[in-house]
Amino acid sequence: MYQWDFGILWGYRWLFLNGLGVTVGFTIVIVLLGLVFGLVAALAMLSRFGWLRGIALTFVEAFRCTPILVQLIWFYYALPILAGVEMTPITASALALSLYGGSFYSEIIRGGIVSIDSGQSEAGAALGMTPRQTMRRIVLPQAIKRMIPALMNQSIIQFKNTSLVSVLAVPDLVYQSQVAAHDSYRPLETYTAVALAYAAILIPLTIIVRRGEKRLAVSE
Amino acid sequence: MSDQSKDICKIEIRGLRKSFGSNEVLKNINLGVAKGGVVALIGPSGSGKSTLLRCINLLVVPNGGSVRVGETRFAFGEGAKLPDVKTLARFRATTGMVFQHFNLFPHMTTLQNVMEGPVTVRRMPKADAEKLARAQLAKVGLLEKADQYPATLSGGQKQRVAIARALAMEPDVMLFDEATSALDPELVGEVLGVMQQLASEGMTMVIVTHEIAFAREVAGRVVFMRDGVVVEDGPARQVIDSPREAATRAFLSHFHRTGALPPATTAS
Repeated sequence: MYQWDFGILWGYRWLFLNGLGVTVGFTIVIVLLGLVFGLVAALAMLSRFGWLRGIALTFVEAFRCTPILVQLIWFYYALPILAGVEMTPITASALALSLYGGSFYSEIIRGGIVSIDSGQSEAGAALGMTPRQTMRRIVLPQAIKRMIPALMNQSIIQFKNTSLVSVLAVPDLVYQSQVAAHDSYRPLETYTAVALAYAAILIPLTIIVRRGEKRLAVSE
Repeated sequence: MSDQSKDICKIEIRGLRKSFGSNEVLKNINLGVAKGGVVALIGPSGSGKSTLLRCINLLVVPNGGSVRVGETRFAFGEGAKLPDVKTLARFRATTGMVFQHFNLFPHMTTLQNVMEGPVTVRRMPKADAEKLARAQLAKVGLLEKADQYPATLSGGQKQRVAIARALAMEPDVMLFDEATSALDPELVGEVLGVMQQLASEGMTMVIVTHEIAFAREVAGRVVFMRDGVVVEDGPARQVIDSPREAATRAFLSHFHRTGALPPATTAS
């Protein structure tokens, strides 16, 4: 029978905290950047111009249909050779994860926009609004409400996806725990603690979002 | 009918054609509406009357012919350039439209709904827009609902807010697309009351409606359409009481044409 000894992890607390800080910071960056990419791609997908829709679709499918782990490695190792763009592991992984997240966000955002009754845009147009004003004032505020659960879900996945940046030696929580596991010969305790740390952050977040959704539903 | 000179004809439609795919919805429509005139478009569903109405503010872009409202004229068809979005928006700002399903903005209060056009389109300062919006809400008898969301209003109240929202743009022309068709019968009267009041104030109005008694009472002219053509066009009472065309007679036989209007319950 295996003898659990979590006490040994106390000695690595600063390492874990450091890693957690990188993971959380990274998530904030890639969620925000990903939302920007996603919004731009979604609006491009709904554009009147065929070429713009083509570019957006290519972007979305390229990132949605390839594994994120391959993208991370590709951004760091292949881009310098192919395009002469040198990036630090942090930049490369932030970019790859943001674009990857953006491709999923864009489908959520596009779906939210097209779910708004066309009568809403018609009413905006009839008042004399330009399509851009109608989108900003009428459609998006309503669509965002409907997108929130799906966006939140995707952001949770993004939070967990940051664990993959350890392959590029970005010192996130998983990377630091690898260090701790090798050093302590206690991988079971280490990874159990890491899993609990992820859950401890995500579970309160999901509760907050569920409450917020209920409040938004009331004002409708 | 479209021989009236330009200065008295507020809306002028010539040779208008519209197809959706191979389905020709409007076939060479000519229609003039005098300034201050109230024209009711009637006809069976699928006759093209709603499409015609939507062509007047170019929510539907015609395939041929021309549309003029006030000083602005657009021509369509081969060789004609489609107006750009800015031009279209500016044009639509001068025509108010009321929809069958109200299309109020559910994320805004009643007051914000009515302020939206003046603030976003006319760039009016918020304080002025609010004053204007409150005046319009008072006009349709709903000032006390200013801070409520549309979801809390009855159908008739929603439609009156929609009318106030259109009026807040101070349009030259009001278009009504089956404004009472989605309402419970007991709520029709309050909306018709507001429309009747507008007509009496000299607003130029084009009304797509199934309320034949209302059309007879309030409209100056009635245009009967079927299968994308104007079948009959004349003074309201004449068309409704003694239609010339067999098709008009057949259509009107389904309705009570006279009798009292539903009671208007709106505060004036």
